[in-house]
Amino acid sequence: MEPITVYTGKAAPLDRVNVDTDQIIPKQFLKRIERTGFGEFLFYDWRYKAPGKLNEEFELNQPENRDATILIAGENFGCGSSREHAPWALLDYGFRVIIAPSFADIFYNNCMKNGILPVRLASQEVKQLMEKAADADYELTVNLHEQTVKDLQGFSASFDIDPHWKEMLLNGWDEIAVTLRYEEEIAAYENQNPR
Amino acid sequence: MAPKTIFEKIWEKHVVVEEENKPALIYIDLHLVHEVTSPQAFEGLRLNNRKVRRPDLTFATMDHNVPTVDRFNIQDLISKKQIDTLKKNCEEFGIPLFDLESPEQGIVHVIGPELGLTQPGKTIVCGDSHTSTHGAFGTLAFGIGTSEVEHVLATQTLWQAKPKTLNVEINGKLSPYVTAKDVILYIIREHGVGFGTGYVVEYTGDVIRSMSMEERMTICNMSIEGGAKAGLISPDEVTFEYLKGRKFAPKGDDFDKAVEEWKKLATDEGAVYDKTIKIDASKIEPQVTWGTNPSMGISVNDAVPHPDDFETETERRAARRALEYMGLEPGTPIQDVEIQHVFIGSCTNSRLSDLRSAAEIVKGRKVAKSVKAVVVPGSQQVKAQAEKEGLDKVFKEAGFEWRDSGCSACLGMNPDIIPEGERCASTSNRNFEGRQGKGARTHLVSPAMAAAAAVTGKFTDIRKLKNEEVVS
Repeated sequence: MEPITVYTGKAAPLDRVNVDTDQIIPKQFLKRIERTGFGEFLFYDWRYKAPGKLNEEFELNQPENRDATILIAGENFGCGSSREHAPWALLDYGFRVIIAPSFADIFYNNCMKNGILPVRLASQEVKQLMEKAADADYELTVNLHEQTVKDLQGFSASFDIDPHWKEMLLNGWDEIAVTLRYEEEIAAYENQNPR
Repeated sequence: MAPKTIFEKIWEKHVVVEEENKPALIYIDLHLVHEVTSPQAFEGLRLNNRKVRRPDLTFATMDHNVPTVDRFNIQDLISKKQIDTLKKNCEEFGIPLFDLESPEQGIVHVIGPELGLTQPGKTIVCGDSHTSTHGAFGTLAFGIGTSEVEHVLATQTLWQAKPKTLNVEINGKLSPYVTAKDVILYIIREHGVGFGTGYVVEYTGDVIRSMSMEERMTICNMSIEGGAKAGLISPDEVTFEYLKGRKFAPKGDDFDKAVEEWKKLATDEGAVYDKTIKIDASKIEPQVTWGTNPSMGISVNDAVPHPDDFETETERRAARRALEYMGLEPGTPIQDVEIQHVFIGSCTNSRLSDLRSAAEIVKGRKVAKSVKAVVVPGSQQVKAQAEKEGLDKVFKEAGFEWRDSGCSACLGMNPDIIPEGERCASTSNRNFEGRQGKGARTHLVSPAMAAAAAVTGKFTDIRKLKNEEVVS
């Protein structure tokens, strides 16, 4: 997984609440057995009117949002199905950071396993960012070391993240390799608690 | 010793590593695997030359892609590849598989309990959000992503931050024909799709105690629709009775010993939760959803709400979008809304008691001419048992199609898809846009309400129908 430390990119607003993973990547695209290639199907039913025909009204299809890499989303983003295809699609499309007032638990975890940084900010702060990003090219810098989100016009907010996941993201570590360092503890647990 | 909740007891017994400022490393007792969320995990193992640590604690089945008609003849080549890939992976890594030939195949959350794999006190995971179903047995069961599937395969553990506890206490008397499905839809409608985020929900109260295991599974199944990490219920005699004699449950003296241990799991009197919600069961009526998430619901005698009824602009906008997608006018009584499809199935409502309750309504009646109605048993065992009881005949005589088991129209990853613009009364768990097919309009209901909609062609108060004389 690619480390994420200080990231600057164009931010796009998706001002909708309770966006579920069925919208992020519809079920017909879950049949691939690879982790890659999901980006073209991201938000498929919202992005396209028909195969190959873009829905010009959809937020991410508007010219100023087209090459965004930071997504500003509404509350409870990523609810519903546990499909990791959702963060795979977001990453493959180009998103490295998602900012929202709240995330669904499984989605939040899935993001971090793939080097996407999910940032929780207060509702008011997210609202401010949505307004700034609407109808304009808008750049944000997310600093994972400092746990801050800043723009060039003086916006600054800080966010919380579990120190364990922070370390994993900063270093881009393979979680399984980290866990396998505890092989002895796992084996001892199994000896004491036979199953 | 301080009184504890069942969640705390299970958690403490499963901590392998606990260090400051870190999530805990938790041991997983049972890992259920299906074809959609596992191929990339097995591929990851191969790339890193890793093996499955405990194939004996891992069980697989195929359910999402499975056709419910002519199941061995999978037309969609990509679906077929995913199913074949699971089979190959199970062979390579030595994982027991209930495949399409198996009389024990079915929806992963139906067969786990049915086979007695799901037992009180276990930690259970699966790459599927409805893993919360297994919590009905007093387990800590939750859905995970594919990276976590790979992590569990390789290490039999997961790093988990300790969630908070939420007590949902349901007391009072349920009205006749108000089912477990109505209870959970009502709770989500009242408290929203995010009420459980960050919490493990324990369902308590008289209403839960008087429910069967299958009803409890319906409640726990939809915990994820309220955003909960998991949903669970302290085990009792109903739980033990259900498990007795099941294939993977302990036998003889071992069973009695297990029951003694299981009894100790129940939440202690006086245990403290981080939060409590109280539900008055007598207020619950049969529910129907009108919108595009499970909290957008009303009682069967209500009308479709107006966007202006909602407090915030965000909610009003979401309601307008939902009404547009659903093709509904505000103020329309939901009982005036005609449906074209009925789907009885899914990990929420496809067990024997669900089929019985639908069959009771259907018996002696006919499916309305304008309706295509389908029953998809949750497992091949449910199917066989239902056929033994003659339920298949009741459904078929009424004009229902009687299918093989699978996830079917709950998520449209197989040939069972609801066409664009058409409306389905569905016993499944999600009414998201496009869930049952692009442009399909899903209304979540109980099996009895789905059966009533099938025979009348529109949403009907099951209680009215029950009072009518059957004319046939």
